[in-house]
Amino acid sequence: MPIDRKLLDDVALSAEEYNLIVERLGREPGPVELGMLGSLWSEHCGYKHSKLLLKLFPSQGPHVLIPPGEENAGVVDIGGGLAVAFKMESHNHPSAIEPYQGAATGVGGIVRDIFAMGARPIALMNSLRFGPLSEARNRYLFTGVVAGIAGYGNCLGIPDVGGEACFDATYSHNPLINVFCLGLVEIAKLQRGCASGAGNALMLVGSDTGRDGIHGASGLASRTFEEERELRPTVQVGNPFLEKLLMEACLELAGTDYIEGLQDLGAAGLTSAAVEAVARGGAGLNMDIALVTRREEGMTPYEVMLSESQERMLAIVRRGREAEAQALFEKWGLNSVVIGRVTDDSLATVRDGEQVVARLPISLLTTPPLYRLQGRKPPELDQLQNIDLSRLPDLPRPASEVLLRLLASPTIASKEWVYRQYDHQVLTNTVVGPGSDAAILRVKGTQKGIALTCDGNGRLCYLDPHIGGARAVAEAARNLVCAGARPLALTDCLNFGNPERPEVYYQLEQAILGMSEACRALETPVVSGNVSLYNETRGQAVYPTPVVGMVGLLEDIDKRCPMGFQGEGDAVYLLGPMGAEASHLAGSEYLALEHGLVAGQPAIDLDMEVQVQRRCLEAIQRGLLRSAHDCSEGGLAVALAESAIAGGMGFTGEFELSGRRDAALFGEAPSRIVVSVQPGQEEELQALAQSWKVPLLRLGRVRGRQFLIPDLVDLDLETLSQAWRRGLERALG
Amino acid sequence: MRFGVIVFPGTWSDGDCYWALGSVLGQEARYVWYAEADLSDLDCVILPGGFSYGDYLRPGAIARFSPVMAAVADFAAQGKLVLGICNGFQILCEAGLLPGVLRQNHHLQYRCQWVNLRVETTEVPFTARSKRGQVLRIPISHYEGAYYADDATLAELEARGQVVFRYCTAKGEVTAEANPNGARNNIAGIVNREGNVLGMMPHPERACEAILGSEDGKVIFESLWARPAASRR
Repeated sequence: MPIDRKLLDDVALSAEEYNLIVERLGREPGPVELGMLGSLWSEHCGYKHSKLLLKLFPSQGPHVLIPPGEENAGVVDIGGGLAVAFKMESHNHPSAIEPYQGAATGVGGIVRDIFAMGARPIALMNSLRFGPLSEARNRYLFTGVVAGIAGYGNCLGIPDVGGEACFDATYSHNPLINVFCLGLVEIAKLQRGCASGAGNALMLVGSDTGRDGIHGASGLASRTFEEERELRPTVQVGNPFLEKLLMEACLELAGTDYIEGLQDLGAAGLTSAAVEAVARGGAGLNMDIALVTRREEGMTPYEVMLSESQERMLAIVRRGREAEAQALFEKWGLNSVVIGRVTDDSLATVRDGEQVVARLPISLLTTPPLYRLQGRKPPELDQLQNIDLSRLPDLPRPASEVLLRLLASPTIASKEWVYRQYDHQVLTNTVVGPGSDAAILRVKGTQKGIALTCDGNGRLCYLDPHIGGARAVAEAARNLVCAGARPLALTDCLNFGNPERPEVYYQLEQAILGMSEACRALETPVVSGNVSLYNETRGQAVYPTPVVGMVGLLEDIDKRCPMGFQGEGDAVYLLGPMGAEASHLAGSEYLALEHGLVAGQPAIDLDMEVQVQRRCLEAIQRGLLRSAHDCSEGGLAVALAESAIAGGMGFTGEFELSGRRDAALFGEAPSRIVVSVQPGQEEELQALAQSWKVPLLRLGRVRGRQFLIPDLVDLDLETLSQAWRRGLERALG
Repeated sequence: MRFGVIVFPGTWSDGDCYWALGSVLGQEARYVWYAEADLSDLDCVILPGGFSYGDYLRPGAIARFSPVMAAVADFAAQGKLVLGICNGFQILCEAGLLPGVLRQNHHLQYRCQWVNLRVETTEVPFTARSKRGQVLRIPISHYEGAYYADDATLAELEARGQVVFRYCTAKGEVTAEANPNGARNNIAGIVNREGNVLGMMPHPERACEAILGSEDGKVIFESLWARPAASRR
């Protein structure tokens, strides 16, 4: 086959990679073969720039049943014969092109990953990042994405229980849409995405195959937006109703004895689903794509193999039991067709009727070259890190005003405008819904609760990817601890720019190292995840933004802890270091909002973090704490205000400020939790803190309807609450 | 009492209703597949929430042609109890078992939130155990929940006491602010003329346990088996 740059570019392969293919294959690949190799060797499917780095993540732990990479999602044991399967995935580029469908099909994809494991999806979360809402294009993207998530998720009947939304100019041309799904499964019914046993049937189920989404994996997800091409056709259109039927049918199928494996069709469609499934089973496949039911006439084998039409699954059904599986699908009104068989020749043989259009070793398809590049610290970073923040004037604007501005800023303001558009209650497990540090779901028939949260901070990672990565993990764990849960494990979405650029590679490498360090310290292994690289426009990458989705367990759901103040007269304390030096302003919302600065050197002391979290959880389990809330964006003043608003109760500060006022109130030092206790239990808390060697500072009392910090802030609760509640809606205009 | 919970393709509150009736309230319940035609073993049929047939065309517009709906119409005509919740309410309206329609929320957004409902009548089996004017805290979750009927129908509903629930404030005042979707007369739930078919947009099955934030929904189910003998039909 004559090969040219354009052809290789279409499948996102380099000339070197092409030569490698020829060398390993011993001949030139045919066009269908080239398409298959291009998509499986793409970053999105093959992780060629990230795999060697991802191996650095700790992935083992006593409760990890299925570690990352082995299956469609990671699986963690929660005791009592039950497990949770969870994963997070990005749908950034499709959403930038077509926000509604991009986000909707993102939800569809992650949900399929979960029910492919035989797990009933019981919760969604999403982590969203956009440019400032002052720009019309960003408002369009944001409202479209929210509507898309709502439109798809609501129709499926899976509650969307939490997440985050942040706004920063860095995401203006390249929003980040990360969706998380968690499923519950009896360990005995866990399903694998595995095809083995020669002669077993490959049954394609669900939607017909169309021309949508061709080159989604290689073209859209593994490339930047440098060139102006028409990309809309690469975005798929979702049909959530069909997905709901597919989900119910597959969950019913997972309980039968004629199913061998289940695999969803996502990026790279049938190619990736079939090849991955037989690769896991150590087998081969022989299929006839003339049998694939199509949406339109005249589709070529290439198009059929690479179509990313949504709502399709590949079921691996035991030989001789095909009719039973088909009857089950028919009950749910689903089309199913046997398109091929598992073989024992370790080859992927694809036929179009009698004609063989591809015949490749599975091992060639699944082992792309892996690159370990040399990173380079971005040249501007030293200067940004070393900027002397102590030269900034300390609170040029009154603290009350700053607090209101921070509370109303879209990143910090209440996200009710978003989550009231999502059904967050269906399945009647939601005990704590969106809007708290962590969501809590009960597990029916047990006393257990599952806590979940999403976290990431691109600004901190930009300033120091190593520290920023560690802090994303630490904050996620801290959120779970505040709710009274023991953190178990995490999934992640690594949103970065083009890894072929040394500065971006440095960020990726450092963030992974930092995250890994925190994972080890906090004993939260990484069980699944996804990388989204090439998030950049015209050479400008987004802030390196690893997003962490973490899952925790409450053995006794009645021992959960709220974030809001609970009782008049309760004493309020800060657990963890105060942090009132200029350096604590590094990467803060305050610095960005009031000084227009993204600068400073973020820090974290992981030993301190571990102690603070361990002790907080201990105090909650003893029933000592009435509330606990993580200090993060906006600092201590915002955390106190949020606890006051959530509890509908005022606060009177009784602490002496030392150091800088701006840093004390709005600095973002890590490892800090605002807690409250009943007045009679103050001594107990203080005595415990003494023995723990964790700093504990008395901040004041829960009192009345005013929010008071002596000499600095004096606001009534209503004003505070209105600023926070209305902030996002006001920004949308 | 024996309950049937209908499952259409796309229904998703079936499990929640089944759980509330069975595990929380200790009643006998079974699922009814949309293709079934025999409801004779049941005392009450529930049409749960969800997106039957994807809500394609119009919510309930396709589900009303399901085989089970003919059986539901017969069941209702026999004076047996039918409760449509959310999508179930929409289906009952489309099927002509209840008057009026559910339109898109006036703000054109999906809404999932807690609302307050005022009990307008206790003369129907679904509210026999509650008090008139009682405020129930129950969540909604819908995009097409704005009840609409023409003036004449509305006047008749009001005159005959067929309005069972109205959106209100926590104190029971019926105000525009308390109306989450633009429903006419703040209507959240109505019954047919005979009083044995209730349609309501809010989800009482989500408000049957304190751990979920409210137990106010229980009274609607409990009224059905524990209602005073006088109101039994």
